[in-house]
Amino acid sequence: MPAAQADPARPDPTPDEGRTVLDARDVSRALTRIAHEILERNKGADDLLLLGVHTRGVPLARRIAERIHSVEGHRVGVGSLDVTMYRDDLRSHPTRGPQRTDIPATGIDGKVVVLVDDVLFSGRTVRAALDAVSDLGRPAAVRLAVLVDRGHRELPIRADHVGKNLPSARTERVGVLLEEIDGYDEVRISGVGGPA
Amino acid sequence: MKHLLSIDDLSVDEITTIFETAAEMHDVQHREVKKLPALRGRTVINMFFEDSTRTRSSFEIAGKWLSADVINISAKGSSASKGESLRDTVLTVCAMGVDGLVIRHPASGAARQVSQWVDAIVVNAGDGMHEHPTQALLDAYTLQRRLGSLEGRRVAIVGDLTHSRVFRSNLQCLTKLGADVTVVAPPTLMPSGIEPWSRAAGFATSYDLDEVLPKADAVMMLRVQRERMAGGYFPSAREYTVGYGLTKERLAQLQPDAPICHPGPMNRGLEIAADAADAAQSAVLDQVSAGVAVRMSVLYHLLAGEETAS
Repeated sequence: MPAAQADPARPDPTPDEGRTVLDARDVSRALTRIAHEILERNKGADDLLLLGVHTRGVPLARRIAERIHSVEGHRVGVGSLDVTMYRDDLRSHPTRGPQRTDIPATGIDGKVVVLVDDVLFSGRTVRAALDAVSDLGRPAAVRLAVLVDRGHRELPIRADHVGKNLPSARTERVGVLLEEIDGYDEVRISGVGGPA
Repeated sequence: MKHLLSIDDLSVDEITTIFETAAEMHDVQHREVKKLPALRGRTVINMFFEDSTRTRSSFEIAGKWLSADVINISAKGSSASKGESLRDTVLTVCAMGVDGLVIRHPASGAARQVSQWVDAIVVNAGDGMHEHPTQALLDAYTLQRRLGSLEGRRVAIVGDLTHSRVFRSNLQCLTKLGADVTVVAPPTLMPSGIEPWSRAAGFATSYDLDEVLPKADAVMMLRVQRERMAGGYFPSAREYTVGYGLTKERLAQLQPDAPICHPGPMNRGLEIAADAADAAQSAVLDQVSAGVAVRMSVLYHLLAGEETAS
């Protein structure tokens, strides 16, 4: 992909890394559109609270908040949500320490909470996030924004705002890389078969 | 880590992980819904063969806030008072399908012995004069929150060292985390063999509290454990206080921001004056609230993940 040359931090792809689905500019455009959609749906920025789901939902939520600020001139609340304790698969992995749950001092009661995550797949993380939110208070509404929806839902959950619908095979891997964590922005899809 | 029996079994990384999780658990105390679902469907039994208020209730709250079912058994009123052996009591309880055993026992090594009999995870909540690892973890966690880091900080542990499991566990934990520990006690309450031990483990000993206090970044007072004292370790309570109590006068020698810890229960007027216990720099109540968070973290790490082969 020629767009890759735009970012010097991005290493050369190796053949087993699969293909790029969204490059940095696509990611940026998708987030801008999501920000506009959130504002349109909410009829403005009032009472909005963006909660990023760890790990990569957190920087995405911040970026969307920045875009809302530049459009509306209004700072919306941003927080982070750790759902480790609420997962239904805790017993099938070695324990992982929880990460920071950080809710703005205004709380979430009566707010329109937008959960932000990188990839929507089985829906189980979102299920856990909904439980986590209900332990923190009673929002007026909860919505879901994701950068990539790759299908294969195992629960009756859908996203309100989607950056990219990405049809995928269940065995494929979708990787979201973000500048804040990985040094550059990109969404990749690769087969699980490893190097050819 | 399969059990928590001794600080010695923990690496610095494991201690750091426990503290990081505890910091997240700490926030739960301030929430309206003080409940996390992580241990739903798991059963924890607190078996206390010795009296305890704070440790037992702290473990009970910790388990309940993580949604585990928690049952308390104390020696008084259990079949232990009818002469049942520890092994039989423990096996009986575990046959009911228990996932975690929190045990306090007057015999040193009891928790480790129990861990060899059962499949459940075992947490040592104090075994005789040997160890009390969760107390040491919560003390170090409290100090770390107050002081930032323990690396190179001078901590004085003062009082009845001989009978203190809190001292033994704290010494290991604090030195592991890089603190510079000085232990202070009257000669009769200094454990025998302290000299070679202090050289091997790298801590200092002193018999002069007034010399140590002004230099300390934190001070940890220990309870005078009269119930474990058969004979006279000091002539009178008054004399102990004059030599080794944290009195109002000594409080003035202490750096104004140096935290004062006490594992409780406090003998006010004996090892610690009310002025020191209630001073702004006292960390006693912080220790209690940290106790719940640290025990939640320990139970979470031992019980939430996949079953490890025992």
